[in-house]
Amino acid sequence: MARELKLMKGNEAIARAMIASGADGYFGYPITPQSEVMETLMAEKPWETTGMVVLQAESEMASINMVYGGAATGKKVATSSSSPGISLMQEGLTYLAGAEIPCLVVNVMRGGPGLGTIQPSQSDYFQSVKGGGHGDYQLYTLAPASVQEMYDFVFDAWDIAFKYRNPVLILSDGAIGQCMEKLYTRDNVARWTEEERRANAPWATWGKPATRPHNIITSLELDSARQEVFNLKLQKKYAEMKEKEVRYEMLNCEDADYIIVAYGSSSRIAMKAMQMAREKGIKVGLFRLITLFPFPSKQLAEVAKRVKGILCVEMSAGQMIEDVKLATECGVKTEHFGRFGGIIPTPGEVLEALENKIIK
Amino acid sequence: MANTDIEARKQELLNEGYEQVYTKTKVLTDTVMHYCPGCGHGTTHRLVAEVIDEMGIQDKTVGVSPVGCSVMAYNYFDVDFQEAAHGRAPALATAIKRLNPDTFVFTYQGDGDLAAIGTAETIHACNRGENITMIFVNNGIYGMTGGQMAPTTLVGMKSATTPYGRRVDLNGYPLRITELISTLPGTYYVTRQSVQTPAAVRKAKAAIRQAFENQKLKKGLSFVEILSNCNSGWKMTPVAANKWMEDNMMPNYPVGDIKVDGKLVDNVDVSRLALDHPLTVMQ
Repeated sequence: MARELKLMKGNEAIARAMIASGADGYFGYPITPQSEVMETLMAEKPWETTGMVVLQAESEMASINMVYGGAATGKKVATSSSSPGISLMQEGLTYLAGAEIPCLVVNVMRGGPGLGTIQPSQSDYFQSVKGGGHGDYQLYTLAPASVQEMYDFVFDAWDIAFKYRNPVLILSDGAIGQCMEKLYTRDNVARWTEEERRANAPWATWGKPATRPHNIITSLELDSARQEVFNLKLQKKYAEMKEKEVRYEMLNCEDADYIIVAYGSSSRIAMKAMQMAREKGIKVGLFRLITLFPFPSKQLAEVAKRVKGILCVEMSAGQMIEDVKLATECGVKTEHFGRFGGIIPTPGEVLEALENKIIK
Repeated sequence: MANTDIEARKQELLNEGYEQVYTKTKVLTDTVMHYCPGCGHGTTHRLVAEVIDEMGIQDKTVGVSPVGCSVMAYNYFDVDFQEAAHGRAPALATAIKRLNPDTFVFTYQGDGDLAAIGTAETIHACNRGENITMIFVNNGIYGMTGGQMAPTTLVGMKSATTPYGRRVDLNGYPLRITELISTLPGTYYVTRQSVQTPAAVRKAKAAIRQAFENQKLKKGLSFVEILSNCNSGWKMTPVAANKWMEDNMMPNYPVGDIKVDGKLVDNVDVSRLALDHPLTVMQ
C-alpha cells in the first residue's frame, strides 16, 4: 500500500500499521475497547502476504510472554490490550525491560479501578510511566491524539525499540481507539530479511552459529554488584532517551498567559477549549505531550516561566499533573481538571475549569 | 576452576598415564553446575545436550529455562537460551517456534513452574499442538525456594509447607499433569521417564531423542516428564532419595510411554491415581 487517504478506526489503524511497518508477529487477547486490533489482523491474514504471524493467546499473561519469546529472537513483535489486560501484563513488561527486549505494546485505556468501565479513560498514566511492574525500569511511552498518530507511532515505535533495546508503549484510550478519522497510509516497509534480523539484533536468540558464543536472554543476576552495574546501564539508557527522544507539540504558547497541558484525546478537547478562550480574548496555549516517558520537562519549564497558570487536563483524578509540577518545580499555579469512569469532558467544561481554577 | 586450569590438569593426568574414558558433550558449557550432588537435573541436562549434539542441531536450537532450580540452565547449555518468567516458558516457546519454524525449541521446567503457576500456559501450548519439546522435571517439591509443597507433592509427603505431610482435605490431590495433557489432541508424544539408574538413563535419552525428532515431523507437541529425586529437599542421601522415589513416586507417577504417535498407549489408565499407595516414612 502506498500513500492513500483512508477512513478508519484508531484500533484498525494500529493493526494496519503493524502489517505495513513490517511487523513479524502479534499476540493478543480480546478486551474492549481494543478488540478490533486483533480482529483486523485476523481478517487481513498477513501470514499470507507479508508472512506476519498472528495468534490469539489464552490470556494477556501468555500474550505478553509470547511477545517476550518472539521479540527475543530479534523480530518485530507486538501486542495490544486495554487497562485490565495491561495490568496482567505488568510482570511481562518488567521482564522485557529487564532483559532489554525491543517490542511494542499498545494500551487502549478504559476506566478503572478493577473491571471499571469499557469507556475511555486516562487513568493508567502512573502505571505506564512510573513502572507498573517491579524494579527500576521505564517504557518509552507515546501518546497518540489522532487515528493518524495511532498509525504513525507504530512505525516510530520499532525504530526506538531496536535503537535502545527497550519496550515501547503506545498509550491510547478508548476514544482514539474507537473513533473513525481520516488518515494517510504510508509505503509498506518489508519485514526484515534473515540478514537484516541478524544485523539489527546480534544479541538475539535464533540458534547459535559456530562463529559466536551462545546468546542468553535473561533478567536474572544473582551477584548484587553486577546487578547494580546493570541497573546503572539501564538508567544511562533512560537518561539518553530523555536527552534525545522527547516529543511534544506547542500550540499558541508564544503569547499565552495560560497554558493547558494534556495528551491523547484530552488534548483534542483542550484544543477546542483553547480556541473558545481565544475567542473570548483569553490568551491560552496548549502544550501537548507526545512522549509521556521521556517527559518534556525542560521544554515545559521554559514555557511555564512565561505564563500565569497551568491547567492539566486528563481523564483521571490527576496523575500527569505530578510530572508537570515536578518539571516546573511548582513555580506557577497549577491545577488539575478531569472526569472519571469513561466520562469525556466537554471543551466548555475545560474552559470553565480554566476560568474558575486558574484565572479567577 | 578456570578452563585453562582444567586443560592443564587434564594434560597432567594424561602424562601420568591416565586414560580418558569420559568426555563432556560439547553442547554443555564448562560452567560448574549449581545443582546438588545426586540431583537428576545434571543427568537430564546432559541427556538433552547429547541429543542436540547427536542430531547436529546445536546451531538451530533455542532453549527456554523456567524459574526454579533450573533457572540458570542457560549457563550450562551451549545453545541460544531465553529465561522465562515463572510458568511462562510454553508461551515463550510458542512464539519462538512460530516466528522461527526452522529452529528446534524446547522448554525445561520443574513441577512448580509447569504444573502450578504455569498450568494455563502448559495446557494451552499442548492443546494448540505447538511443535515444540517440553522437558518436565518432577521431584515433587519446590527445590529452589527451600522445599515447599509442589502440585506434585504426594499425599502424606512432608515439605516445608506441609510439615506434617500433605493432606487431601487441606491441600487437595497431587496433580498428574502429564496424564492430563496426554488427553489433549495437540500432544503427539507424552512419556514419563526417570534417571536414577543407568538403564533408566538410557530409556530417558531415547525418549528425549524421540521428542526432538518429532519436531521435524511437525505433528504436535512432545512432552517428556523426568522423575527426579530432590535429596536436599527430601532431606535424604542421594541413594536413599532414589530408593524413596522408586518406592513412592513411581507408584503414583508410573514410568513409561503414555501417548505415542498421537495415540494413547493401550493399558495406560490416565485417570487413576494411586492414592491408596502407602507412603514410606520420610525422615
